[in-house]
Amino acid sequence: MAYALTVENLRKVYANGFEALKGVSLSVEEGDFYALLGSNGAGKSTTIGIISSLVTKTAGSVKVFGHDIDQDFAAAKRLIGLVPQEFNFNVFEPVEEILVNQAGYFGIPRRTGFERAEQYLKQLGLWDKRRCQARELSGGMKRRLMIARALVHRPRLLILDEPTAGVDIEIRRSMWTYLHELNAAGTTIILTTHYLEEAENLCRNIAIIDKGCVVEQASMKHLLTKLDCEIFVLDLREPLKSLPPTLPDCLQQIDETTLEAVISRDDSINFLFKALSEHGIEVLSMRNKTNRLEQLFINMTRRNAAA
Amino acid sequence: MTLKEQYIAFETILIKEILRFARIWVQTIVPPVITMSLYFVIFGNLIGSQIGDMDGFRYIDYIVPGLIMMAVINNSYANVVSSFYGCKFHHHIEEMLVSPLPNYLIILGFVTGGIARGLSVGLAVTLVSMLFTDLQVTNLAVVITIVVLTSAVFALAGLINGVYAKSFDDISIVPTFVLTPLTYLGGVFYTISMLPDFWQGVSRLNPILYMVNAFRYGFLGVSDIGLGPSYAIIGIFIVGLYGYAMYLLNTGYGIRR
Repeated sequence: MAYALTVENLRKVYANGFEALKGVSLSVEEGDFYALLGSNGAGKSTTIGIISSLVTKTAGSVKVFGHDIDQDFAAAKRLIGLVPQEFNFNVFEPVEEILVNQAGYFGIPRRTGFERAEQYLKQLGLWDKRRCQARELSGGMKRRLMIARALVHRPRLLILDEPTAGVDIEIRRSMWTYLHELNAAGTTIILTTHYLEEAENLCRNIAIIDKGCVVEQASMKHLLTKLDCEIFVLDLREPLKSLPPTLPDCLQQIDETTLEAVISRDDSINFLFKALSEHGIEVLSMRNKTNRLEQLFINMTRRNAAA
Repeated sequence: MTLKEQYIAFETILIKEILRFARIWVQTIVPPVITMSLYFVIFGNLIGSQIGDMDGFRYIDYIVPGLIMMAVINNSYANVVSSFYGCKFHHHIEEMLVSPLPNYLIILGFVTGGIARGLSVGLAVTLVSMLFTDLQVTNLAVVITIVVLTSAVFALAGLINGVYAKSFDDISIVPTFVLTPLTYLGGVFYTISMLPDFWQGVSRLNPILYMVNAFRYGFLGVSDIGLGPSYAIIGIFIVGLYGYAMYLLNTGYGIRR
């Protein structure tokens, strides 16, 4: 099996003694869409920083498509495109120039740089803004500019550190579509995000980092089967004064028109509707109380904290 | 990276650096020209006419090469220290760090950018000086090599300052408390033969003295210092500062976490 990224026993101790990574090991297959999840300060950005050479590691090894970042850093860097969490471009530079310069740092001639800038700025809806200084862009545009910049040297591995933070839902969804297309075209993508719905929709494999350790690494499908139960919110057509005692115990009344049902993973949901129908209670709509991945993430990080 | 790719990367940094100071020419080119014009008027014409000759030349003719060199030194340094620190402060140094650019190209790109600004300002000051004096050139090769090499020394020093700087205050400390005094005491306004022996000896510890005098030799054919020691001092500084800058970038000091 070919790996786009192999990280082994990665450790990072900062100068102040804080141990940000305590032996992180990850493997990302070529062509994968991979989620790296963790709460703030868990070590996601440090891991990404080391992979992309912005942070020096204390110990461990990183290989990008087989190229060790210590021994063959130039080859490894060519294969990585990074979209960092913080805006890190010169806000006084015109948008197009930011891309052309980035291409130049990779040894791509200016003419080709301009052609690629046109291609990616058009794809990401920024072509009209090409002559604007970057500071004039909105937050969502700045995020898309960083994606365009990361792609200008055509990397095989794209790493996105919270790319949709602070972006409105419409732009977020268009970015999802774009990332899907990139992945389908063969680019391996690693994504960190706080929107777990985003990770669940986009990613096939996942690692959860907590306090500098990988607490879980598996396929999204496999991971979600680990959920013991799900909580559903039921909206009722008519107000209900009190919950009939003969209804199943898994139901709880939140207010006059809202019920919550805790359903075990192995249970069918049909019995619930049958019971509600028998009592003449009509359900208008039903939704998950929390995103499934979010529930799992909370369970796992809580378990790690307790340990 | 292949040689061609390295050239493209170097050219990219250089163009970016030149565009940076050219875009804000009112802040980068005009002020030193105005300052030097005031020097020409006050020290050269008004006070200089009272001073008489210096080393056999009219006072304004004597100080012009030093003033041009002063502008080159200050601007080469200022360009690189502000640009490099700005890159760190706004984090866009990361654009270079994530690329396969070798560190020596980062140094070369910034330093050449600093030289470009130093020479641009130097040329502008030279043109203005021609309104006040008939500038003669004794040895053009000396003028060009000394000004380029001196500019490289201070561009390298500015880069090292930029690497160490943690705030905007840190980028003005060296120019204010080190560079300006050394420049003023570096024989811009006088020949050290006027000084007592002890102070002549002390002055010889100032590297700027060698640069200013060699530059003046290129114009007027007179110097307090031989050309050989001047080139040697400049060469030693270039090699030393470049080596130290490489060491800092290789260790990631100030730029990698």
